[in-house]
Amino acid sequence: MSSIKQVINDAVEKGKEVYEKVRQPNPIRLRDLIRQIRSAKTAAEERAVVNRECAYIRLTFREEDSVWRCRNVAKLLYIHMLGYPAHFGQMECLKLIASPRFTDKRIGYLGAMLLLDERQDVHLLITNSLKNDLNSSTQFVQGLALCTLGAIASPEMSRDLAGEVERLLKSSNAYIRKKAAVCALRIICRVPELMEMYLPATRSLLSEKNHGVLITGVTLITEMCRQSPDMLAHFKKIVPNLVRILKNLIMAGYSPEHDVQGVSDPFLQVKILKLLRILGCGDSEASETMNDILAQVATNTESSKNVGNAILYETVLSIMDIKSESGLRVLAINILGRFLLNADKNIRYVALNTLLRVVHADNSAVQRHRSTILECLKDADISIRRRAMELCFALINGNNIRTMMKELLTFLEKAEPEFKASCSSKCVLAAEKYSPNVRWHIDTLLKVVEAAGNHVPDDVVSSTIQLISETRTEQAYAVGELWRHLSIAQMEYQPMIQVATWCIGEFGDLLLSGHADVTVVESELIDIYQKILWSSQCSITTKEYALTSLMKLSARLTHEIGSIQQVVSAFGSHLNIELQQRGIEYSQLFTRHNHMRGPLLERMPPFEGTRAGTEQDKATITNGVDTPLDNESLLNDLTSPNNNAHETSESNALLDLLGGMEPGDSDTIKSTSTSISLTVASTPSVNADILDLLGGLDSGPAASVPTTNMNEAPPTQLPNSSNAAYLLDGLLNNSTPIISSPSSPVTNSAGTIPTSNSIYPLVLQKSSIPGITAYDKNGIRLDMAFELQETLITINLIASNNTGAQVTDFLFQAAVPKSIQLQMLNPSGTNMAPTASLTQLIKVNNPNKVPLRMRIKLSWLANGSPVQDQGEISNFPSALWQ
Amino acid sequence: MMQFMLLFSRQGKLRLQKWYEAHPDKVKKKITRELISTILARKPKMSSFLEWKDLKIVYKRYASLYFCCAIEQQDNELLTLEVIHRYVELLDKYFGSVCELDIIFNFEKAYFMLDELMVGGEVCETSKKNVLKAIAAQDLLQEEETPQGLFEDHGLG
Repeated sequence: MSSIKQVINDAVEKGKEVYEKVRQPNPIRLRDLIRQIRSAKTAAEERAVVNRECAYIRLTFREEDSVWRCRNVAKLLYIHMLGYPAHFGQMECLKLIASPRFTDKRIGYLGAMLLLDERQDVHLLITNSLKNDLNSSTQFVQGLALCTLGAIASPEMSRDLAGEVERLLKSSNAYIRKKAAVCALRIICRVPELMEMYLPATRSLLSEKNHGVLITGVTLITEMCRQSPDMLAHFKKIVPNLVRILKNLIMAGYSPEHDVQGVSDPFLQVKILKLLRILGCGDSEASETMNDILAQVATNTESSKNVGNAILYETVLSIMDIKSESGLRVLAINILGRFLLNADKNIRYVALNTLLRVVHADNSAVQRHRSTILECLKDADISIRRRAMELCFALINGNNIRTMMKELLTFLEKAEPEFKASCSSKCVLAAEKYSPNVRWHIDTLLKVVEAAGNHVPDDVVSSTIQLISETRTEQAYAVGELWRHLSIAQMEYQPMIQVATWCIGEFGDLLLSGHADVTVVESELIDIYQKILWSSQCSITTKEYALTSLMKLSARLTHEIGSIQQVVSAFGSHLNIELQQRGIEYSQLFTRHNHMRGPLLERMPPFEGTRAGTEQDKATITNGVDTPLDNESLLNDLTSPNNNAHETSESNALLDLLGGMEPGDSDTIKSTSTSISLTVASTPSVNADILDLLGGLDSGPAASVPTTNMNEAPPTQLPNSSNAAYLLDGLLNNSTPIISSPSSPVTNSAGTIPTSNSIYPLVLQKSSIPGITAYDKNGIRLDMAFELQETLITINLIASNNTGAQVTDFLFQAAVPKSIQLQMLNPSGTNMAPTASLTQLIKVNNPNKVPLRMRIKLSWLANGSPVQDQGEISNFPSALWQ
Repeated sequence: MMQFMLLFSRQGKLRLQKWYEAHPDKVKKKITRELISTILARKPKMSSFLEWKDLKIVYKRYASLYFCCAIEQQDNELLTLEVIHRYVELLDKYFGSVCELDIIFNFEKAYFMLDELMVGGEVCETSKKNVLKAIAAQDLLQEEETPQGLFEDHGLG
């Protein structure tokens, strides 16, 4: 009777359930959801599918639907992987874990590992479930709990469950033991005090046959030894056991279960080798015990496949770290030498990396592989070349510097731009340390500057200049060499021109008097300077060097002083405010203060202080040519009342320049301090005057070009000159009094500008068509000035950096309508210090005279982080095509 | 110890992520994005390793999928390649010549497999046979408790 009742009840229940299902349709299956999401054609469509499903899943979670919870959480995990938020599934995972069904647990633990980590506070809840499951009678439920614990255990969970794990570590089931060992590892990492507790159980793990337990046991011991010196001492006695296990592995012959391409359980071998390394480090007795087995592994491991090399690599590391016999160490380094010849790039990479680590300990052994390492400089893989380069620098010594440097210079010449800066700096360091003689040293630095082109960091430029300035005996030679370079120079390589102009400015008399082994005529010299100063490829900094250098030459030459004056005064109307100011100031030295020109332009005394090369940690100074000097206090007196922070570096140099005159005339210095204050105070007005002046001279719209450039200039552009000011500021004291009285520069410059038209046509030609600001966003501003010759438009692009950050890798790209041809010349540089600028010439041929439009794309790194933008310029003045 | 493992496609889509060190979600996403774009930009003739922050990244491409692991300084990058390979072999055995679609549609199984091979970022089983045996036994458990029938499909489907 009761059984009939039961049957009826069951049927009613079933009917109810069926009814429920019909009323509320089953949730969509996991695979169907994946299919739906994948078939979404657009991101928006995908979002819609996901949002709909998430809303539904939330609803079922709210309704506490336990029948479909597992499926819904699984779907949520997929959605989570696509990057959508899934935190609302965290509690559901915990509910699944608490369910008695294995499927629920499996998905629940998976979700817990994906959605929770040790920083979440739901852990109190999960700890209980874990505790239950760790005590389950089903090994796989225990396994799931252990696996989860091993992945997300927090310190609190570790404390709460340490006992359970310890018990499982002694379980009779290897499947549980191995997972418990990894959990123990996680626990002692989180709570080191718990280590003691695992010690007895851990020791017995090594007498296992099961490789899973062995490998996790060895890993656990490794961690214990790494964490605690007591443990390390305690486990010294297991070295023979480890040696035996390793020996069995390599001698046992083929075992299909653990074989990887002919190597027996490489995973375990590597773990043991690593533990041996820790145990043998600094312990000659332990090292002695493992010497033989390491030699055996090193000689017997098959090296044709990656897996064998993985073991050899670990062996080498162990040999190098323990107190091994010297023969064994040579063997190890020879293994690395063999690696270098391996066809597999990964192996070569690892070899170089390892050699780099051991080169300081075993330099002579590594030296033997020098030629192979040098070969790696030509490797196809860039990261291998980088390592090889570093290793080469580590291998340089007094004996091999000539050959090594030869190879490295060849490398430098062909190297990617990203290498050039660091490589050239390191070449300078090495030369500094090991150069056999000064002549060689100078030659090398010049070769470095030549080979690295525009990628020479500024510290290399200043080191080179300093070296030449210090070595009186080689100055004639250096200046001759530099003249050779300069006379054939490509205007696009700035650093070489900077070094050359600096030195020729200082020591140009040696060049002319025939001390150098070249003969130069003064007019040739002037020609080259004109080329530099008016080249569109030369950067402003280079022109600043050249202008001051030329000025210096006016005290060294005899015949061409007139042309120098002409050139210098032409700069009185230069677009760049720094050059303009120098132009005006220097002009004064030819006229009113001619009597001071000679003494002012005397040679600089040799630099004091260290070269960048000798002071290893010195940060690379970008753009500036700064030489650290010790006598700063004086300088502070000089400038602090009225100068901002930016000027300290330049005034270092200023002081240095003044230093030459100091003994003779202390009054000069005094007057300097006052005149500087005057300059700073009056600069804005001076600029305004000059502006007026230009405005008055130029016709119509012309004024707008200089205006855009200058209007914002006075406060910001002055600091920007600090880079170059080093060379120029020496003369500041004399020129400033003149500038500071507003009337005199006006009359003076006005007088010189007509001359400048003939020799420096840029300013006036530009003015016939108004310039535009093509772009002004993200702190980057692009100004364009135009020059028109029939259909050919030359655009002079000035990019200025107002981001306040260091801009590097600046790239300007442009596209024009099809009927127009576009040619972009090399920019004056790719890096801009804050408030600095760079220029680029763009030639546009517009034969059909269609309206000019340009799509532009800009990219740069602001303090290292990439920025990109694009846009269209459509506000070109119509005069360009009408 | 392995810090994390990422699987992603040539199109840069994440297919699997396993983190053994805790990071906030935002950081995980940032790391993932950064690594995917760095690795996809690398040329085939480059080595499988890159230095990234204080970690070593080891990656390898299998067909359309990249397997990418972050390991610590003292870890063996050549061996990590073997770990990746072992994982691929296991998936291959399990799915029968595995392809990207298998991993997309059965991502939970791919996770289960990884969890049998590694726990807490350490290899815990070096025998392929044992891993597959454990997976098969657990799949069986799941199958047994999933009732069959028209309305009773409680599985993942």
